[in-house]
Amino acid sequence: MQSTEARQLKPPSSRIVPRQWRRHAWGFAFISPWLLGFVVFAAFPMVYSAFLSLTSYDLLSPPRFVGLSNFDRMINDRIFYISLANTAYYTFTAVPAQIVVALLMAVAVNQKLKGINVFRTAFYLPTVTPAVASIVVFMQLYHPEVGIFNTVLGGFGAPKIAWLADPKWVKPALIIMSLWHVGAQMVIFLAGLQGVPETLIEAASIDGASAIRRFWHVTVPLITPVIFFNLVLGIISSFQIFNAAFIATNGGPVQSTLFYVLWLYRHAFENFRMGYAATLGWVLMGIVLVFTLLNLLMAKRWVYYEGAIR
Amino acid sequence: MIMRLLSLRQMRFRVSGFVPATRSALNRSGIIFLGLNYVLLLFIAIISSIPLLWMLSTSLKQDGKEFLYPPQWIPDPFAWGNYVVLWSESKIQYFALNSFIVVILATIGTLLSASLVAFGFARIEFFGKRVLFILLLSTMMLPSIVTLVPTFILFKWLGWIDTLLPLIVPSWFGGGAFFVFLMRQFMLQLPRELDEAAIVDGASYPRIYWDIIMPLMGPALAAVAIFSFVNHWNEFLHPLVFLTSDKWRTLALALRGYVVEHAGGDYGDGRWNQLMAASTVMLVPVLVVFFSAQKYFIRGISLSGLTGR
Repeated sequence: MQSTEARQLKPPSSRIVPRQWRRHAWGFAFISPWLLGFVVFAAFPMVYSAFLSLTSYDLLSPPRFVGLSNFDRMINDRIFYISLANTAYYTFTAVPAQIVVALLMAVAVNQKLKGINVFRTAFYLPTVTPAVASIVVFMQLYHPEVGIFNTVLGGFGAPKIAWLADPKWVKPALIIMSLWHVGAQMVIFLAGLQGVPETLIEAASIDGASAIRRFWHVTVPLITPVIFFNLVLGIISSFQIFNAAFIATNGGPVQSTLFYVLWLYRHAFENFRMGYAATLGWVLMGIVLVFTLLNLLMAKRWVYYEGAIR
Repeated sequence: MIMRLLSLRQMRFRVSGFVPATRSALNRSGIIFLGLNYVLLLFIAIISSIPLLWMLSTSLKQDGKEFLYPPQWIPDPFAWGNYVVLWSESKIQYFALNSFIVVILATIGTLLSASLVAFGFARIEFFGKRVLFILLLSTMMLPSIVTLVPTFILFKWLGWIDTLLPLIVPSWFGGGAFFVFLMRQFMLQLPRELDEAAIVDGASYPRIYWDIIMPLMGPALAAVAIFSFVNHWNEFLHPLVFLTSDKWRTLALALRGYVVEHAGGDYGDGRWNQLMAASTVMLVPVLVVFFSAQKYFIRGISLSGLTGR
């Protein structure tokens, strides 16, 4: 009698273990869609791509092992450097510009005003516009003779610019166009700005800090994590610019919008050089990774994390 | 490091907004300040809207009136017939149908699989969870282009090229790290006691997921559904690569075809009004979705923070 009671009070360890096992198994069962997807659509492609980069493969005959000759070809390929320079120019101009514009827009809508939600929506709207549709409109807005841009600039006496046809202006044109799609960054900044404690702003205000100083010395340091976040993801996505160059300019004029991904696309899906394209893909990933790591390393110097012991 | 990078995503989004400085009463300078404020906001709003307004305006211009100087904002006369022509001459309705098929099936897949995965990460303790979650987050930093060539070969091998499957099926496998993350964050906010009580009552994990957690996930599901809708609707590179014939073309791809058709070669030739009408048609479903649930949309991004370009 006594022994059965004791058994009931103290659950035998042999019954806990299977239960825990079941929990672990359920955990894996629930995440299995992603895990499977990760293996099939991320891990396997990356490994396979690494293999392809050592081959010559045109999709018709089986991949032929060529060692490192794809890399060799790449470092001797003039267009590799052109596309890389174009992409770097675009990324390192567009991303800071996008961050500044998105932050200013976020500050503008971070106010308690009547109807502010209407403005938030209006500022965000261009971002949900399909990229293709947006590019199509900008092709017309950039028209050298009758486009809105030149009409407005002409009002200030500026000479006519052949935005998409002039190698000097086409990258600025695409960068300006990208500023219409900063809604996501804006909303992230908005969330960041709303996390800034009012008490700090008020304290600075009582100490006699002007609005600009309050912004620069109180608000900006507190939202550095958000700036950092937008910077990292902005660089990753800008390195992969494709749509605008493919649809509006097709890499031209004179290769000035031949961006890296467009060039990769042409190799892979127009000339079916899968091996070379895989090499280019891996190299791009390496470049993006280096910049992401650099960003993470430099973050220690300027990004402020509340509660972080540094 | 990645956890730290994403820590900002856990920020709460206060809808109330902050008050810049307490102004006791609206004095004269206060009114001027307020007025200037609205002027500035209106100015940015107008700049933001120019492309959309121009799209709409040009879509309603008569043939040959797309390139008048000075630019004509209000079409004279309104050529509503452009949309009739678009409907009858192009096959836009079929392409739109393809897009809807992709968007609806991919969104269902995303909602189901992302919520399952999020449930696993948010509500069950299991071996290696932390490492796997960091792995999940780091896939967000993976430039998707690196997998494009090998996945193309994979789909070719499966015989899926020139079908809608490559645009739909991957969404059924987690739907993307971003959506999983968003839903996990939401689930973490739900009280643990719910699960514990259910476990005491003998409920299994699938039942907790479906009967207890999912009914509470409304806002998160709505946000993800909208995101997924807009992303798949606007997606261009993947349809371009995976679809080769006319039959399964999505709207984004068809629109690019119209660019070649109406605006190919130099500026000025072709019917830009048709092109803009097609663009407007493509925009309308996105606008409907956006306006019907913009509250969740902006909330969703601010909770999580990642979109495509």
